[in-house]
Amino acid sequence: MESFFSRFKNVLVLVVVLLAQTIGLAIQVRRPAEQGAPDGPHVTLLRKWVIGFVTPFERFFHGIGYNTRYGWSNYIDLRNTRQQNRDLQAEVARLRLEQSELAEDAKQGHRLQAMLNFQQHYVTSTVAAQVIGSSGTDQSRVLYIDKGSNDGLKVDQAVITPDGIVGKLREVLPRTAQVLVINDQSSGAGVLLSTTRIRATLRGSPSGRIVINNLTPDERIKPGEQVLTSGGDQIYPRGLPVGTIETIAIDPDHQPYTMIQLKPAANLFQLEEVLIITGTQTDLPKLAQKDLAAGLATAEQRAAAAKAAAEQAAADAAAKTASDMVAEKLPSIHEAETEPDPTAAPGTTPVKPTVQNPAGVVPKPLPTQHADRYTPGTTPPASTLTPGAGHPAGAVAAPQPTVRTPRQQESPESETASPNN
Amino acid sequence: MPSLSYTSREEIEQHSFSPAVTLLVPVAAIILQVLVVKLYWRLDILDLPLIVAIFFSVSRRSPSAGTLTGAGIGLLQDALTGRPIGVNGMAKSVVGYIAASIGVKVDVDNLATRVLMNFGFSLLNSIILFLINRRLLGQAEAHIGWIHELIRAVINTVVAVPIFFLLDLTKRPE
Repeated sequence: MESFFSRFKNVLVLVVVLLAQTIGLAIQVRRPAEQGAPDGPHVTLLRKWVIGFVTPFERFFHGIGYNTRYGWSNYIDLRNTRQQNRDLQAEVARLRLEQSELAEDAKQGHRLQAMLNFQQHYVTSTVAAQVIGSSGTDQSRVLYIDKGSNDGLKVDQAVITPDGIVGKLREVLPRTAQVLVINDQSSGAGVLLSTTRIRATLRGSPSGRIVINNLTPDERIKPGEQVLTSGGDQIYPRGLPVGTIETIAIDPDHQPYTMIQLKPAANLFQLEEVLIITGTQTDLPKLAQKDLAAGLATAEQRAAAAKAAAEQAAADAAAKTASDMVAEKLPSIHEAETEPDPTAAPGTTPVKPTVQNPAGVVPKPLPTQHADRYTPGTTPPASTLTPGAGHPAGAVAAPQPTVRTPRQQESPESETASPNN
Repeated sequence: MPSLSYTSREEIEQHSFSPAVTLLVPVAAIILQVLVVKLYWRLDILDLPLIVAIFFSVSRRSPSAGTLTGAGIGLLQDALTGRPIGVNGMAKSVVGYIAASIGVKVDVDNLATRVLMNFGFSLLNSIILFLINRRLLGQAEAHIGWIHELIRAVINTVVAVPIFFLLDLTKRPE
């Protein structure tokens, strides 16, 4: 018996080691049943020891890198800061305008949600954390962050960036936590296609891509469509960006379902800082309410300004229309028909068009066809006239009286035309 | 019990390591692996713990020691992932056992042998991981991308050769 063990010692060691690990695997796979869920207490203990041992080193080296980058970017490399500041100010102004445009829709949406008794969950509090490490292998997409239960983190809290969702907390230790990234093969999330409003389930894959593989072919689904969280998984709040559809193809392993590959909104491979959602509520947060009120106020101001401008434009248009009507009735004062005044002194500025004088010129009578004593320029100056003497130009025929009909008397055309005759 | 002659390879080339080296080198490999992947995610194709497991196994030339070294390194690696603990442990146990068994037969200090060994064991490790995922864990979507695994084997081999020369310095003659 002794010789058997000594002879097959190496093989027996291998068999025992493999058997023990196989049993361990079987226990872990049997519970918990849900993929991506935290481990049982014994597994957690082993993980805690290893993570507790490794993370101080990760934290140390991350600190060195972070401080070097921080020192460089905040004290040395400030060349483009002013330009960036200007760009950001311009962006803030643009976003304010966008906010005011959306504020009314948001208010209407809240009103409709209240009418339908819909429970929307808003993010109220987040904890910012630095990514200090990873699993070190492509078989498992997990990250380690520098915040833990001491900072109020709990298992299954959502991890996001301003760009989109990242994953959820899988294990939480006092000073660190393990994040299961959405592209891990054991990850999942409830999602909503933004245009078609189709609900689906997102999954990670062994290759590190995020896919939707529980939808049948649908012509309405097109590449480029944005995918948002649906809120149905009770982890990610509704409406957070997940990514955009990259490709759609038939899933060869699960026909007739399609394999929809997404491009993640957040850069899952180069994460430096993340936010952990620690609190949500059904009412709009105070800060968001304040922003919404500011947006509404801006929208009202813009609407009032637009209304005033429209009224002014209408008044101008009305005034212009009236002057146009007058101008039509007085063709002589039209700018186009007015010939340049040859008697005008050189250097004199022409009269600018105004509401009262749209033609922009001083009205001048047309040249006289039949001169009489009333024609301008034909009357000699009073100083040259002799009392009792006759007209220097000779006898002038008295004007013939014209018979005017009542219609002619009422007509403004005949009134306005008479001085020229 | 088989007798060892004076010229037996097992007798003249069996090496041992100080406890500090035995403990610190695998831990350093795991920490370095985590850090380089954090630095650039594409480096997750590397498997520094596997290289260290192969080195200790072939240097000690004891299949039992190789099995236990591989199991220990693999379990540490598993503990840092989000996967069940034991996947890498089983794969590296088998690799450690075979590496130590081969180390008894061939000259593992030769450069060509080291290149072939690292290339082969990297592929073997990938195949065992695939089988564990597919058969034991029942992951139907698990696939083995041969091109990717060949590239991984080549990169691991390229990195392993200088690491082996560095770790040769830690050997303690019996």
